[in-house]
Amino acid sequence: MTIAAETRTLTMAGAINEALDEALAADPRVFLLGEDLADPAGGVSGVTSGLSTKYGRDRVLDTPISEAAIAGAAIGAAIEGRLPVAEIMIMDFITIALDQIVNVAAKARFMSAGRTGCPMTVRTASFGGLGSGATHSQSLEAWFMHVPGIKVVVPSTPADAKGLLTAAIFDPDPCLFLETVALYGTRGEVPSGTHVVEIGQADVKRSGSDVSIVCYGRAVVDALQAAEELAAEGMEAEVVDLRTLVPLDIDTVLESVGRTRRAVVAHYSVEFAGPGAEIAAQINSRLFGRLAAPVQRVGARFRPIPSARALEAAVFPNAHLIAEAARRATGSPP
Amino acid sequence: MTTTEAAAQSAEDLARDLYTKMTLAQACDERLRQGIARGEFAITIWPSRGQEAIAAGLGAALRTDDRLVTTYRGLHDMIGKGVPLEELLGEVLGRAVGAGRGKGGTMHITCPEVGVMLTTGIVGAGVPVAVGLALAARQQGSDRVVAVCFGDGATNTGSFHEGMNLAATWQLPVIFVCQNNLFAEMTPIGDTMHIERVADRALAHGMPGHRIDGNDPEAVYQAVSEAAEQGRAGEGPTFLECVTFRFKGHYMGDPQHYMPPEQLAAAEAADPIPRYRQKLIEAALLSAADADEIEQQAAAAVEAALKEVLSAPEPDGRELDVDFFADMKGIPA
Ligand SMILES: Cc1ncc(C[n+]2csc(CCOP(=O)(O)OP(=O)(O)O)c2C)c(N)n1
Ligand SMILES: [Mg+2]
Repeated sequence: MTIAAETRTLTMAGAINEALDEALAADPRVFLLGEDLADPAGGVSGVTSGLSTKYGRDRVLDTPISEAAIAGAAIGAAIEGRLPVAEIMIMDFITIALDQIVNVAAKARFMSAGRTGCPMTVRTASFGGLGSGATHSQSLEAWFMHVPGIKVVVPSTPADAKGLLTAAIFDPDPCLFLETVALYGTRGEVPSGTHVVEIGQADVKRSGSDVSIVCYGRAVVDALQAAEELAAEGMEAEVVDLRTLVPLDIDTVLESVGRTRRAVVAHYSVEFAGPGAEIAAQINSRLFGRLAAPVQRVGARFRPIPSARALEAAVFPNAHLIAEAARRATGSPP
Repeated sequence: MTTTEAAAQSAEDLARDLYTKMTLAQACDERLRQGIARGEFAITIWPSRGQEAIAAGLGAALRTDDRLVTTYRGLHDMIGKGVPLEELLGEVLGRAVGAGRGKGGTMHITCPEVGVMLTTGIVGAGVPVAVGLALAARQQGSDRVVAVCFGDGATNTGSFHEGMNLAATWQLPVIFVCQNNLFAEMTPIGDTMHIERVADRALAHGMPGHRIDGNDPEAVYQAVSEAAEQGRAGEGPTFLECVTFRFKGHYMGDPQHYMPPEQLAAAEAADPIPRYRQKLIEAALLSAADADEIEQQAAAAVEAALKEVLSAPEPDGRELDVDFFADMKGIPA
């Protein structure tokens, strides 16, 4: 991990833009492709703003509404050694690109016995929490964890977003980089200049000795808020931000839970058969005798995501539900 | 040599090259089917018998560094493009000498040294990838072109149309080679599309689309050469519908209950290999003795490669842990 001396406050969207900008500047093999990326739009959320003006439309390619072709074209170019960054505007639309990602990208190196690789990055964003309804709100990262051959990266802070995206772009294997629209506006200190966060390293975002909250992406923000709530009650929660789901830094998780002996796993994807199920299973099998309580899980309810605010809020996790789970794990009354 | 002599010489060389490629593809397909039938090995193949003229014309028209993306029914295409027989048969038979050391299999053969960048078992999936390969060629300042082979059935997929549109929009050097064998698995083409000519699909994408005789290797050679020239000159993609037939059904052992016997008989009577042989002999481009020799050499080359492959070891179990992720740290065992 390179730590630059200088930092500035940037939004998550700004940090992602900076990672793309610096990668485009650093390496002529890097290029972006996706729908509405070029200026003046600069992406539907403005994340790629300014990049086509700076690097030209040969490096920032607007595509037709063709998710399979966006992924396929990125894969073909990656097979030739380019470093494409494909954008699938909203994660729900990745269903159309799934064949390419699952059946071509994930298997290229293996099936060719290393004669081709696929150094492609797919950026996509979960639009959950905006009331957009069931087809524009999902967090489908568990699907990709389940397919051997794809790295799955989910940042929760602007600095991690910049560092992890830079790592993903230059990674020799396909990476799914999942952004969270609800976090685009969050601000944080971001190192200037080259900043790389190694893929596969969790980060303890808050230290504590009573319970470990294992989470990633938007749930990290909720977990930190829950930790504040719990601290007021005298309970010290440790917040472990996984940052990447594949590879999974289970060592950091086990070290933390080994100390606290209590774990909550939280995420915005559906709880049933979600990423937390795998993490909870690994904690249970590795720390069974040491655990003081069953691992608690907090995820989205097993429902299509409703549109109305009141209903949507009842489906997604939040800080309060995470705090409740921590209380269950520690046996404290609510 | 005079210009006329040189032209005659090159016509003879081309004829020999095309006939060699066709017979090699035929010999490979036949020998594999024979081995399966005899119980020599237990594998599955999707025979390309009957479609050899396309592979020969395509392979002869492309440069070695031009790219090829093909399918499960693509052993002929790969032979045409120059994939070494040991690598090809080794992969089909799951041996350590295979192109992917047994990790790919018949449907997933890659041989970048001769431009075979991807083979897919997912109908239509190769099309968008070919577009990306062509995009990379342009970005790298290379004038190489990309040919992608697929069947008539594949032109009904979304991937196909997305890829065609993108290649046309970006004017990339892609040659779309539809090997129209009139069937998709067990279903005749007329049951799955409401158009007479698959080539007309190119019109919808603003791309030249030509229907050619896919059983005439010279017609394929000519059409691919023109498409390649156009692609190299930066003038965009071409769609070629090469009309042909599959003689052995969808997979080796297919009982072909769905196949009208008279349709199969007519196709077999027009077998492109004896037809081309006849044509060459009549045109005095090849003697009957030369043709016999080419056929014998093809069979001998396949037999020799097969012998080598069958005596090669099975892949080592450690293969599961190499060529997966470049960095295996944190990857589940
Ligand atoms: C996406 C997908 N759907 C279905 C199949 C099963 N399948 C394998 S081959 C085939 C027929 C393809 O026909 P065509 O494109 O004409 O090629 P041909 O086999 O005739 O060469 C089908 C349906 C598949 N492999 N992939
Ligand atoms: Mg067909």
